[in-house]
Amino acid sequence: MSAENLKLKLKIWRQKGPNSAGSFSKYEVAVSPDTSFLEMLDELNDSLERKGEIPIAFESDCREGICGACGLVINGQPHGPVPLITTCQLHMRNFKNGDTIWIEPFRAKAFPVLKDLMVDRTGFEKIQQAGGFISINTGGVPDANEIAIPKDISSLAMDAAACIGCGACVAACKNASAMLFVSAKVSQYALLPQGQPERYERVQKMVKVMDEQGFGSCTNTYACEAECPKGISVTNIARMNRDYMKAKIISKNVEV
Amino acid sequence: MAVLNSKIPEGNISEKWTNHKFNMKLVNPANKRKYDIIVVGTGLAGASAAATLAELGYNVHAYTFHDSARRAHSIAAQGGINAAKNYQNDGDSVYRLFYDTVKGGDFRAREANVHRLAEVSNNIIDQCVAQGVPFAREYGGLLDNRSFGGAQVSRTFYARGQTGQQLLLGAYSAMNRQVGLGKIKLHTRKEMVELVVVNGKAAGIITRDLVSGAIEKHSAHAVVLATGGYANVYFLSTNAMNCNVTAIWRAHKKGAYFANPCYTQIHPTCLPVHGEHQSKLTLMSESLRNDGRVWVSKKKNDMRAPADIPEDERDYYLERKYPSFGNLSPRDISSRSAKEVVDEGRGVKGGEAVYLDFEDAIKRLGKKAIEEKYGNLFEMYETITGENPYTVPMQIYPAPHYTMGGLWVDYNLMSNLPGLFVLGEANFSDHGANRLGASALMQGLADGYFVIPYTIGNYLVADKPEKHSTDHKEFEEASNSIKEITAKLLSTNGDKTVDEIHKKLGRIMWNKVGMARNEKGLNEAINEIAELRDEFWKSVKVTGQAEELNQNLERAGRVADYLELGELMARDALNRKESCGGHFREEYQTEEGEALRDDENFTHVAAWEFEKAGKWNRHTEELNFEYVKLATRSYK
Repeated sequence: MSAENLKLKLKIWRQKGPNSAGSFSKYEVAVSPDTSFLEMLDELNDSLERKGEIPIAFESDCREGICGACGLVINGQPHGPVPLITTCQLHMRNFKNGDTIWIEPFRAKAFPVLKDLMVDRTGFEKIQQAGGFISINTGGVPDANEIAIPKDISSLAMDAAACIGCGACVAACKNASAMLFVSAKVSQYALLPQGQPERYERVQKMVKVMDEQGFGSCTNTYACEAECPKGISVTNIARMNRDYMKAKIISKNVEV
Repeated sequence: MAVLNSKIPEGNISEKWTNHKFNMKLVNPANKRKYDIIVVGTGLAGASAAATLAELGYNVHAYTFHDSARRAHSIAAQGGINAAKNYQNDGDSVYRLFYDTVKGGDFRAREANVHRLAEVSNNIIDQCVAQGVPFAREYGGLLDNRSFGGAQVSRTFYARGQTGQQLLLGAYSAMNRQVGLGKIKLHTRKEMVELVVVNGKAAGIITRDLVSGAIEKHSAHAVVLATGGYANVYFLSTNAMNCNVTAIWRAHKKGAYFANPCYTQIHPTCLPVHGEHQSKLTLMSESLRNDGRVWVSKKKNDMRAPADIPEDERDYYLERKYPSFGNLSPRDISSRSAKEVVDEGRGVKGGEAVYLDFEDAIKRLGKKAIEEKYGNLFEMYETITGENPYTVPMQIYPAPHYTMGGLWVDYNLMSNLPGLFVLGEANFSDHGANRLGASALMQGLADGYFVIPYTIGNYLVADKPEKHSTDHKEFEEASNSIKEITAKLLSTNGDKTVDEIHKKLGRIMWNKVGMARNEKGLNEAINEIAELRDEFWKSVKVTGQAEELNQNLERAGRVADYLELGELMARDALNRKESCGGHFREEYQTEEGEALRDDENFTHVAAWEFEKAGKWNRHTEELNFEYVKLATRSYK
């Protein structure tokens, strides 16, 4: 699995803090094609630290595509050029010797830059706290097999539940809309019998906070679906829109 | 030697928890809001504990170093979660799950704790389904199960290959509801850096705000740590980049005993190391061993491509050594066997990898069947390695995955420091010397949803802890000592990077405190780690400032703790003169090379008391096996 090192030019967004002006800095690296994209940045950071320079701040944790912590815009694409993977799963063999790579943070009004390539995704949390749950306490629930759920419905709910909350959908959208993220959670519960009692109240609460957090509107460009590392479908957005409309008509607790 | 009182309740094993729940004192509902509880960590154990305690009425302060509670490493668990539902009518029961877990742990876990775990396992599945966790289902709409990790019954519930993710998101949703209701105050991007002890009781924590760098003091009536395991002491492991030992280690240095630190699970099916810049190891689901055949060349340093090695020159060593379990032999045995052939120079091209080959399975079942079963995993393998496992055998090698050791706790999950509770992987309690597949998720949620909500109330009523002002001198001292350590790290300005030292430590740990250990190697490791620790404090280079977002400083603090923990792991391994589960001492093996326990001298928990770096006192808690008779594990 070893081959010649790739020589690459990197243009990386550096920004000291939320209120500082940022700019691109140039770096040159030589890396093995078997290295992952983030390992390339680790290596670059180690060399910066050695020189006493401040390493590049970026987030990552599990490095296997499930925690949702990582997320860079690579040559203009959230999570880079390979579909259906996160930044941490991207390997350098997808680049050519001599390439120039532009690396930026996710850009959205609702995701302010904290430092370099790190952004603040608290807006997502606020939306979940407003309604991303089923209101039950621990204990006192029925036996798990008392709730029969058709396999295909359960599978659709799982498709929606696969969202990792990385924010690539927001970064991909020209309006920085969070509709794909919100609709994934709304759909998961809207599909399942357990989610029915709060179905129409939930969608209103979550959409309300989504708007308050400064995310933009959806104009059906499908850019979110194209960049989603987990392949979350825009049909979830359609489902959420239907529920939202219905909620306005039938809900006793109209909030909007 | 201090007496470690496990506080196991009286009575028959199946009645202990029921009786204990009745005998414990209750907090009046109206009084619960007068208590503040700190929960550190928001993985399965922490999130479920925080949510449940808040539902009961306590004021919960939850801390995570992530930007969101959903990022905790529980999210990465693939396989599933065990429960004794017996939905498959194949003879499972609470007693069987209890029995399998005690035996799987190689008779080094507490029977009473394990039985309670098996009892509440069923409640966990009910709870998760009610929360909307989309477990796999059968066509009739009921829950599907699979057999996992060598169990003879199908008791594992799963949600595709993302069970940990779905369970964590369930606990996270319960927690979010309480955040919305104002019963949980969630503190994100705050790393616990110190435990505060006042008059011998846990009274609060000190955190570092990872964005501003501010050192902050937090006081409460009780502190719950659910901060995960410490496999990253090896540098390369399947743990996430930020998993660390800091919270429990700092508590250990404040007096909490560390139990069985040497019990480490090395997972057999991970991707091999590709180069020195590798940052972590990726786990490939163990389910691959259902159809893949593990082999290496019979020759040393065989540089031929796998396809050029003829059948009669291949050694299917697991099938040869363990004819009845073959490629499905338990994790510790499979891992050690891989190391043996690699040590003989028979790994892939003389290196640290063995083949996991699907050629026969593809011939037998067809490519389509294999694709249906393992398509995702094969794709993941190809994404990472660039090789197509349908045509070229996979290369795998064991990697550190889970740590059974952790802070010592009694039956109530309270450490020897009153008011300090420890849940999930961070404690030592339920898995003995080896954890079975699909049992980690079960334990995390059992501790958080169904154990701590009862036991913490009993502590609050019986011990009547006070909540101290954060101006108390213990808070001041703890906060100042952190500032001093930070200043020291930033001012050393040497020539070694944090990662460089961490990698060196990882190599010592892997070579000498890894899959197979011996007296000579362990003694060397103890000295080498102590030297490396000195080197760290003399010549580490940490850039940036204390009061800013500084990831270099975060890593430095964590590595400083690993440099102490590593030595304790080696000391524990040296003192445990037997082989059991994940702890294999080369001196103690049968003629066939199997682990040889010494039940007469080592049927106990080793709990270490910290005196200073390099100096610990060993205490023991005897283990009694009244229900599951001590026997040798055999997988021949």
